[in-house]
Amino acid sequence: MASVLTRARTATALAAGKAARLASRLRGGGSALPGLVTEKIDPTVLRHTLGSLPQGVVVVSGTNGKTTTTKMLVALLRAHGLRVFTNPTGSNFTRGVISSMLGEIGLRGRLGADVAVVELDEAHALHFAAQVPPTHALLLNVARDQLDRFAEIDHTARLLTTLGERATTGVVLNADDSFISRVRDSLPAGVQVRWFGVDPSISDRLPELQEADVRFADADDRPQLGEHDGLLLPDDDGRGLTVRFPGGHDVGPLTLRQRGLAAMINATAATTMARELLGQAFDASVAATALAAVNPPFGRGEVIDVGGAQLELVLVKNPAGFTVALGTYGAEPVATMVAINDNYADGRDVSWLYDVSFESLRERGVAVTSGVRAWDMALRLRYDGVEVGAVDTDLDAALERFLRDHRGQPVRIFCTYTAMMHLRRRLADRFGLARFGEDPAA
Amino acid sequence: MSETTDQALPGDVAALAEVPADKGEVHLVHLYPREMSIYGDLGNTRCLAARLRWHGYQPVVHDHHPGAPWPDRVDLVLGGGGQDSGQVRVQDDLAAHADRLRELATEGVPMLMICGMYQLFGEAFVTVEGRRLPGLGILDVTTRGNETRMIGPVVLDTDFGPVVGYENHSGSTVLGTGQRPFGRVRHGRGNNGSDGTEGARTHNVVGSYLHGPVLPANPQLADGLLEVAARRATGGWEPGEVDDTLAREAHDRQVRRLLG
Ligand SMILES: [Zn+2]
Repeated sequence: MASVLTRARTATALAAGKAARLASRLRGGGSALPGLVTEKIDPTVLRHTLGSLPQGVVVVSGTNGKTTTTKMLVALLRAHGLRVFTNPTGSNFTRGVISSMLGEIGLRGRLGADVAVVELDEAHALHFAAQVPPTHALLLNVARDQLDRFAEIDHTARLLTTLGERATTGVVLNADDSFISRVRDSLPAGVQVRWFGVDPSISDRLPELQEADVRFADADDRPQLGEHDGLLLPDDDGRGLTVRFPGGHDVGPLTLRQRGLAAMINATAATTMARELLGQAFDASVAATALAAVNPPFGRGEVIDVGGAQLELVLVKNPAGFTVALGTYGAEPVATMVAINDNYADGRDVSWLYDVSFESLRERGVAVTSGVRAWDMALRLRYDGVEVGAVDTDLDAALERFLRDHRGQPVRIFCTYTAMMHLRRRLADRFGLARFGEDPAA
Repeated sequence: MSETTDQALPGDVAALAEVPADKGEVHLVHLYPREMSIYGDLGNTRCLAARLRWHGYQPVVHDHHPGAPWPDRVDLVLGGGGQDSGQVRVQDDLAAHADRLRELATEGVPMLMICGMYQLFGEAFVTVEGRRLPGLGILDVTTRGNETRMIGPVVLDTDFGPVVGYENHSGSTVLGTGQRPFGRVRHGRGNNGSDGTEGARTHNVVGSYLHGPVLPANPQLADGLLEVAARRATGGWEPGEVDDTLAREAHDRQVRRLLG
């Protein structure tokens, strides 16, 4: 009885959600509304549809690199022939997950997928896990996010620990992030633990990815990596990498389309999880080919052709992320614009800009600062001795001037989330790019 | 690993100053930069050091870590906000230097204590469970742990003119009888969200919840603190000409935006 009723309610919820999805598509509206409608009618809709997937539900969380890692993991699994459900729209909340599901399921709630790979932010991961116990969790890192809802790094670490505890089958953890590696201590018996980490030869580069000032762990606390754990070995040229599994074949050498050490670590994390999920079916050469073909997600070092020259669009969300972005891109100085908004999705507090060192921009200067807090950004740069060419709070005008003044030259824009969304929409209109929700095939 | 580090500004930033640093040394002490400097509070130290240099003084910054010897010279003291784990890590060291800090405060040494360090400079902190943790008692304020956070942009009226910043605190602070606030709230919540006060000021000790960090966008406050420090260190205050166009724009835009 109960199950028939439940199924009927799920169908009603899904039908209502699908209607809302269509309506919101027609209006060109946001991606979370249809999910909200469905969730209101049947809060268990997620459990019913995702809980029955044969190969389980994988959650990917952590402060930085979720979107990139999720995309890589999905590509790895698809390359091995799995049908993967994921939440590609960038709305990584429970409702966003339901919304993206609506496009892919029938009213009876059957999802044509073998496995779900879901990117969740730290705050919403537990809400999701309460509805759908994940089989696997991939936990990347803990950094202080400037978003007000993650007020404290300790709090974020606790959220991720709890998420790890909810995984029923296995977790993949970052051996180099003490907040994440400590999660191991609170896992129930029987849950498989795998590690990913960097080769000791480059461990001196880790501080550029982490906020060392809030970490107190001793270096020798680092877990010992075993034969099924993934070790990142970057090539000497800085572009290529190999992921080594001591008990199996190397993945690579290969070169990612997305640049930088952070992306390499994300690739190592994704590969370790893919290998864990696929078991015997994992093929190192298939994996290498798949990773090398993954395009950077929107705004994460995405390269856009602006009339014959390359524009790199780099999302910055928090001190660790901005520091990594500067380390990755700052080594090749090009004309630079920085756009800082302080809407809710950006984080309303711009204090975090003072936890980033901008010295790498000093040589070339910054051509334009823009966004609602353009003047605060210019002021921040002044305290690092970085010359600023112009300040314009209007994003369109700033972009216009920036592209005009550097026509035919490579350029780079560092931007917060809503500034990125705005600029990318403008660039999409002008240079014919895919819009959000129309992620080009990897 | 050395526990105390004295550093001037990075040489290349100092080199950007077009004036010689010939007006004397001014020593800044940043208390617990690792444990207590969340939300960019290190920017306050950077701001003061850079401005000293631009005014023609030689800044010397002491990062004071728990357990390290107390610096020989102190002309100005800074502290920031932290997490609970950070506060636990500093409390013994703070207790060890309590008398010294109280003495310096009475002597008129300028101090800027933000958020968590503001609370620790008060009479006491009362936890949500009702436990009373004594503070340094330099500022006559008592803070109670709170379930709800007070978060958002702030504009104050202060002795230094309008001050902008960003508050993010769960403690609710009440001033003792006769304790002067740092400012009056024109936008935001302030000490407790109800009495219109923000922060506290005694002698030249300023406690405040404002991050931002507060000094770069409020150069009048920064120079107000530096003047007292420079007089103590060198016997005078001869400010140079500092171009504050960017700071003024950033400041005035926030004031206009928030007060309409
Ligand atoms: Zn605070």
